[in-house]
Amino acid sequence: MANSHKYTTHIVRAGLEKRYKKEARFRRMGLAAIIMGLIFLSMLFISIIGNGYTAFWQTFVQLEIHLDASVIDPERTRDPEIISAADFGGIVKKSLRDMYPEVSGRRDKRTLYRLVSSGASYYLQDYVVANPEQIGSTIQLWVPADDDVDMLMKGHFDRDKPEAERRIKDNQIAWVDKLVDQGRVESRFNKTFFTAGDSREPELAGIWGAATGSFFTLVVTLLLAFPLGVATAVYLEEFAPQNKWTDLIEVNINNLAAVPSIVFGLLGLAVFINFFGMPRSAPLVGGMVLTLMTLPTIIIASRAALKSVPPSIREAALGIGASKMQMVFHHVLPLAMPGMLTGTIIGMAQALGESAPLLMIGMVAFIVDIPTSAMDPSTVLPVQIYLWADSPERAFVERTSAAIMVLLMFLITMNALAVLLRKKFERRW
Amino acid sequence: MNRKYLVLVSAATICFSTFANAASRDYISIVGSSTVYPFATVVAETFGKSTRFKTPKIESTGSGGGMKLFCAGVGIEHPDITNASRRIKKSEYEKCHNNGVKGIIEVKLGYDGIAVANSKKSKRLELSRKDIFLALAKDVPNPDGSETLVANPYKTWKDVNPALPDSKIEVLGPPPTSGTRDAFAELAMEGGCKKIGWIKAMKKQDKKKYKSICHTVREDGAYIEAGENDNLIVQKLEANPDALGVFGFSFLDQNTDKVQGSLVDGVAPEFEAIASGKYPVSRSLYFYVKKAHIGKVPGIKEFLGEWDREGTWGDEGYLTDKGLIPMPKAERDEFSAAIKNMKNLEM
Repeated sequence: MANSHKYTTHIVRAGLEKRYKKEARFRRMGLAAIIMGLIFLSMLFISIIGNGYTAFWQTFVQLEIHLDASVIDPERTRDPEIISAADFGGIVKKSLRDMYPEVSGRRDKRTLYRLVSSGASYYLQDYVVANPEQIGSTIQLWVPADDDVDMLMKGHFDRDKPEAERRIKDNQIAWVDKLVDQGRVESRFNKTFFTAGDSREPELAGIWGAATGSFFTLVVTLLLAFPLGVATAVYLEEFAPQNKWTDLIEVNINNLAAVPSIVFGLLGLAVFINFFGMPRSAPLVGGMVLTLMTLPTIIIASRAALKSVPPSIREAALGIGASKMQMVFHHVLPLAMPGMLTGTIIGMAQALGESAPLLMIGMVAFIVDIPTSAMDPSTVLPVQIYLWADSPERAFVERTSAAIMVLLMFLITMNALAVLLRKKFERRW
Repeated sequence: MNRKYLVLVSAATICFSTFANAASRDYISIVGSSTVYPFATVVAETFGKSTRFKTPKIESTGSGGGMKLFCAGVGIEHPDITNASRRIKKSEYEKCHNNGVKGIIEVKLGYDGIAVANSKKSKRLELSRKDIFLALAKDVPNPDGSETLVANPYKTWKDVNPALPDSKIEVLGPPPTSGTRDAFAELAMEGGCKKIGWIKAMKKQDKKKYKSICHTVREDGAYIEAGENDNLIVQKLEANPDALGVFGFSFLDQNTDKVQGSLVDGVAPEFEAIASGKYPVSRSLYFYVKKAHIGKVPGIKEFLGEWDREGTWGDEGYLTDKGLIPMPKAERDEFSAAIKNMKNLEM
């Protein structure tokens, strides 16, 4: 007996070292996995922030502009409509010619005009319409520089390369340097990026149009998906009988959660646009398509939240004479709400980052005007990122990264909100 | 019970469809080629900023996808204009007609060159179209000289042509869904394919086989489909100096500090060479306008007017800044007249 006892402890002891080693190895592997994940995440952040932070600044050039009354408002009407119809592009060009009298030749002049953005004339227009008393005088006006000049100032073009290999030529560099010497070049916060719609000129492009489109789309999604999802979950969890049909529905909902999102886009195209004749590119349709996509997420999360409410609460409510309806709406639903909200926010965050289903319903489009309702054509943030990533101009590289940062900010805020809600209202039993 | 539901569903249907049909569209809707997209968007933006009309909406659907939407019918739910990086096909034209889209104005807007480029870190290549065909076709003529086809045996550029460097054949290019790929196959590969006498002779006897020999790209890893994103190809070329990339001239123009276009048949892909037609791999870009929508959707006529200006598509228009190769003056006049007279396309 004693012998065999000794024998077992012996085996245990002999294996002990091996077991400890196994555990240590497993821990190390787990740690390595986390470190790998963190490295990839930080690489992603470093590359995006490193590429994109410069987009929040934009080079501005100060021009000396003579507001010639005979060009802008020959009859001295001071009528904003007449003033805004003036040839401001021509005035900007003349101002550049006056600042560089030595430039001659058609080709060189054309290059000279490209020092400032083609949007400079709109800046001038706004200024003159706002200050009509200045007509006739000479003003100093800051206007955005062209994207090539902006890239040069930000150091994205190598001045030491031979001229033929540079997009920006020697004479352009000389002109820019002259402006810098005169203190006429300044780097300013890029307000346009946050207030404008899309543009093919990087210095005039902004994400506000896409952000508004995302907002309308998400509002539609939330208004449709949340009530539908919660109602489905409450019915299935609290009222529905357990039979083949409800089982079938449950299996289908779980399956839908795993369907690739492009399929919902195809469905939206076939049903909402082709059958119901709804307009293409509208956030209303986008929201409806994303509703289909987020519904399973919300239903599954809501059902889990309902399930976690202990049966004792239900029984107590029924025991003091509440009807089933009162039991659900007065007791179970309020307790399950934090979990449902968390699921909804995560579903919304997923919808915010989605672009594939919107491709099919025409929301991948060039849209300059900022949408004012859910029926106006618009894009969403991830689509804007995709479109900029595909643009040839170099300055769009940094703007793409900046737009990704803005999208990430939104996602992080939404997920943080979900965590906060859970922390604040969650109850454990 | 069932009838009640049926009534409900049909009520909803009617509700949805009437609200959609009753609404009118106050902006121009444009679809089509991703190659024309960078040019059409600039014109649309200028149009939106300089007139009282809304900025047109432009979807990048590809030439074929655009035609499908454009030809689906007349009415505000269908697009007004479609862009294409090739001419409308006879079958598409017939489909348009069958769906009631009868009056179409065809406008050519300019040319686009397709560049075969590599990183500035390595030497500029001097290719011929025949080299391109031999390097990239799936089946090539037997190197022993007999008139048979073998699976492409070439591994390096030197194998194809002893004058070329001894580096691996590795070409990054667009996928088959792209108009750029169609044009590359037609202009560069078929152009080289025709140089081989017995294949050229086949064109008359068996056109299908001729086309499949000339247009089929090898699938053994030498040609890498890099997606529609040309910026990505430029980045990959920078990382891999041995690789070549196939993309539109506007991307070459914007990235002259990073990549260089190879000479094709002795001509470099430069502005003047493409404009004069000397560079062999260049194609025409078009857009098509639905006549029935002019007057129904506000601004179409004025939008066409914005195109038809020397300052837009002329020799020094703003589209050249974006990499478009303008048409010669005589051709511009021809299409300008087509716009003004709203000339019907006949096929």
